[in-house]
Amino acid sequence: MLNLTPKEITERSALRINPAKTCQPVGAMYAALGVHRCMPHSHGSQGCCSYHRTYLTRHFKDPAIASSSSFTEGASVFGGGSNLKTAVKNIFDIYKPDIIAVHTTCLSETIGDDVGAFIQDMDIEDGKYVVHCHTPSYVGSHITGYGNMIAGFIKYLSKSTGKSNGRLNVIPGFVNPGDMRELKRILELMNINFIMLPDTSGVLDAPMLGSYVMYPPGGTTIENIEAMGDSPLTLALGELTCETPANELKRKCGVDYKCLPLPMGVEATDQFLMELSSFSGREIPYALEEERGQLMDILLDAYPYFHGRKVAIYGDPDTVLGITSLVLEMGMIPKYVITGTPGEAFTEKAEEMFARYEVTDCKAKASADLFELHQWIKNERVDLLIGGSHGKQIAKAEDIPIVRAGFPILDRYVHSYMPLVGYRGAIRLVELILNALMDRQDRDCADEDLEMVM
Amino acid sequence: MSKVDRIIDHYSARVYKNRKLHIIEKTDDNHEIAANTRTIPGIMTNRGCCYAGCKGVVIGPIKDVAVITHGPIGCGFYSWGTRRNKARGDENTKNFVEYCLSTDMQEPDIVFGGEKKLRQAIKEVVEIFNPDAIMICSTCPVGLIGDDIHAVAAEAEKLYGRKVIAFSCEGYKGVSQSGGHHIANNGLIRHIIGTEERAPTKYSINMLGEYNIGGDAWEIERILKRIGYDLVANIPGDASIHDIAKAHIAHLNLVQCHRSINYVADMLKDKFGTSWLKVNFIGVSATIKSLRDMARFFDDPELYARTEQVIAEELAAIQEDMEYYKSKLKGKTAALFVGGSRSHHYQKLLKDFGMETIMAGYEFAHRDDYEGREVLPFIKEDADSKNIESIKVEKDERYRLYLTEEQYERLRKEIPLDYYAGMIREMEKGTIIVDDLNHYETEEMLKVLKPDIFFSGIKDKYIAQKAGTLSRQLHSYDYSGPYAGFNGAINFGRDVTMGITTPAWGLVKAPWKTQPILKGQLQEVV
Ligand code: SF4
Ligand code: SF4
Repeated sequence: MLNLTPKEITERSALRINPAKTCQPVGAMYAALGVHRCMPHSHGSQGCCSYHRTYLTRHFKDPAIASSSSFTEGASVFGGGSNLKTAVKNIFDIYKPDIIAVHTTCLSETIGDDVGAFIQDMDIEDGKYVVHCHTPSYVGSHITGYGNMIAGFIKYLSKSTGKSNGRLNVIPGFVNPGDMRELKRILELMNINFIMLPDTSGVLDAPMLGSYVMYPPGGTTIENIEAMGDSPLTLALGELTCETPANELKRKCGVDYKCLPLPMGVEATDQFLMELSSFSGREIPYALEEERGQLMDILLDAYPYFHGRKVAIYGDPDTVLGITSLVLEMGMIPKYVITGTPGEAFTEKAEEMFARYEVTDCKAKASADLFELHQWIKNERVDLLIGGSHGKQIAKAEDIPIVRAGFPILDRYVHSYMPLVGYRGAIRLVELILNALMDRQDRDCADEDLEMVM
Repeated sequence: MSKVDRIIDHYSARVYKNRKLHIIEKTDDNHEIAANTRTIPGIMTNRGCCYAGCKGVVIGPIKDVAVITHGPIGCGFYSWGTRRNKARGDENTKNFVEYCLSTDMQEPDIVFGGEKKLRQAIKEVVEIFNPDAIMICSTCPVGLIGDDIHAVAAEAEKLYGRKVIAFSCEGYKGVSQSGGHHIANNGLIRHIIGTEERAPTKYSINMLGEYNIGGDAWEIERILKRIGYDLVANIPGDASIHDIAKAHIAHLNLVQCHRSINYVADMLKDKFGTSWLKVNFIGVSATIKSLRDMARFFDDPELYARTEQVIAEELAAIQEDMEYYKSKLKGKTAALFVGGSRSHHYQKLLKDFGMETIMAGYEFAHRDDYEGREVLPFIKEDADSKNIESIKVEKDERYRLYLTEEQYERLRKEIPLDYYAGMIREMEKGTIIVDDLNHYETEEMLKVLKPDIFFSGIKDKYIAQKAGTLSRQLHSYDYSGPYAGFNGAINFGRDVTMGITTPAWGLVKAPWKTQPILKGQLQEVV
């Protein structure tokens, strides 16, 4: 496995090997699936759309719908205006969504299609909507595209009437439906009237009830996106993912926002709850304190099995930072922390955490890839890998246990239903980590050392 | 209303008019179907792009070549490790199939051109991996900004003293993956096949258009070796570029996936005189027929005998399992929608289990894959197909014919030599044939035809399953396989049986949906 990867690290300035990121449109498509009765639309050639749908379907094991402008060479030369027009007409005709969310691809971006102008020129029936955002794949990553699409919805739909509705806007980072569900549960426990955009729960974790529905009951409603303009505050969960849309809402409707880390682990969840409490003026209920106490209980019971163990974490910036924060709280050493998404803020934040927990010899890098991570590991090993499916090659090559967390997870089931956020999510992640490390201990120990009680 | 109309009746007049030409109910053997034309914008198609056909399908499986995707990161990322074209490396053969190499173009590369970055990326590939050969596949923006990847490749070839081959397979070319197959085929002929030599043996053959999904090629190879064939190259599944380079020495080419590789087959015939035989190693009876056709080509008593002996032994080994799965699957109906050949191939395997195909369709096939190669002269070129280069090859000095003209003419009447009859002929009357089936039609088809099983891909698998129809992927085999040959048939039978019999199907309806649970209380009140 990965036999061609040399230990010796050479400088690379052009070649990306085994990336830890992908392109903007897939993030935009995911965000659009979190809007009720929305058809994500890929303005470009149909290959991109096919790849993105395939990828999302492989991660969620649920249908990910989206349409394409199906560019041919002609459209690439003369522009895709007429393709988009035909597409929008056909989509409303055949698939009957309430809203079409257009994102671009490298193709339509490179030829400079003015999608906004195309949409303005369209005849759109009352009560139906077409929105768009730009998602050039040669900038940022799927994380950027996710933020851009949310901003696109806000730009087109959110309105400020001048009268506060007292509701709290929540923009979750690029997380699973299981996480969005958990965030909503916490918000409900806090008795907060909120609007969450996007919300893929009930869409990409839709139940099997015996019939297929194209638009399952989940997703943020158009009405609610409009109402976001009247909320007094937006919480952007995931500073490196959600600032763009939060900022767009501030620009358009004057809604203040706060960027928080994804509520993963103890402190980040604490911070989230305290924000909720200060927003609502309500105490944090016992139910949540109980969960926090359970998490603390577990950490104090099980520390011998993870304390001081070295871990490599890779994936999307806010998720990786969230996991890093949890493993530091556990007393583990986040030896290598990488994301494929560019942006130095990631490295700075990771290094701040290292400093706060006084761990030394840890490396953080943005715009990194799994090839480089593997080379680092070849030079100095870790005890555990945490991230998406692609790390399994390294895990196999180096015989290191792996915990799957984040995106994309193409090779396991159930993950998308389960949270990583909140205290409950932290409990789950701690269990996954413990099982991986303890199974390994059982597997590797001598017969006489096999412990019945641990 | 006809079955076809029930599927497409709700379309607007314009869409109806277009789609009507792509869907037929079979009444006789002479149907014409529209294929290889543009997908209507906005229609949720399953099709991919030219890059996917070139890099993803044909080029990617060649294991000891470093394939660099020149473009932004997405395309390369999505085609990394997802197709299940298995490959094994060894001390002498580097295996790049586990790797994703990309130039990960950034905004400045788009604005100022990406050639510089490509040049540097090639340099880094050479330094890090020292591969025997390098291939470059371009994605959408590359063609638009005018990067001359062929010039960069030629320059690098000189500089590094190894093959560097460029493929201009931008996603917008053609109407589906199919254009990419053609572009890749052209590259194989132009730059690789015929560039290395070895002596042929008595039964030297190539296998073309077999991708080793789930290990299919290995199962086929196992059988061929048992009979005594010398497999020069399997192109491209698990192939080494050095094997492909010698492919011209074979006496016969076997064509598994006609759609994706027929250009190579034809060009090998024109250039080196090698005939090709349409085979199908999916299904027990189809495998047996293919083996017998091959023996017929070589027409050698020893080979006939050995072929029959291997068939008998293989059959004996699987008979019990075949009977068992047949008892579970007999009479079940299936709809198939796959790329450009499997929808045909798998009908044979289904038949082995007593299953019936009621609908079959291709995602990106051409009319000849449906109607047979005799329609080739009548297929009109359109703007999209004209954009894909079609090359004419000259007779090579190594050109030789294995058969005399007389033998050739006689054999052509008996076996599919340089010929493919297409899918429609082998389907029953009353079955439905669809080209470029889309999401809407899938939903309608499931309601109208009610197949027991829908064999398709990942994008519509869960749509069918949510609607209560078992769906299994025939692109990726749902991560199982091999399905080819004798042993593969058993794997397939096992997997489908498992899908049909899994207990959860019987638990989908909650009991309170069928039993009135409030009854007890009501009685008390009364
Ligand atoms: S990188 Fe560009 S061309 Fe490739 S899949 Fe993404 S949007 Fe499409
Ligand atoms: S067998 Fe099917 S999926 Fe494979 S290349 Fe041929 S047409 Fe494509």
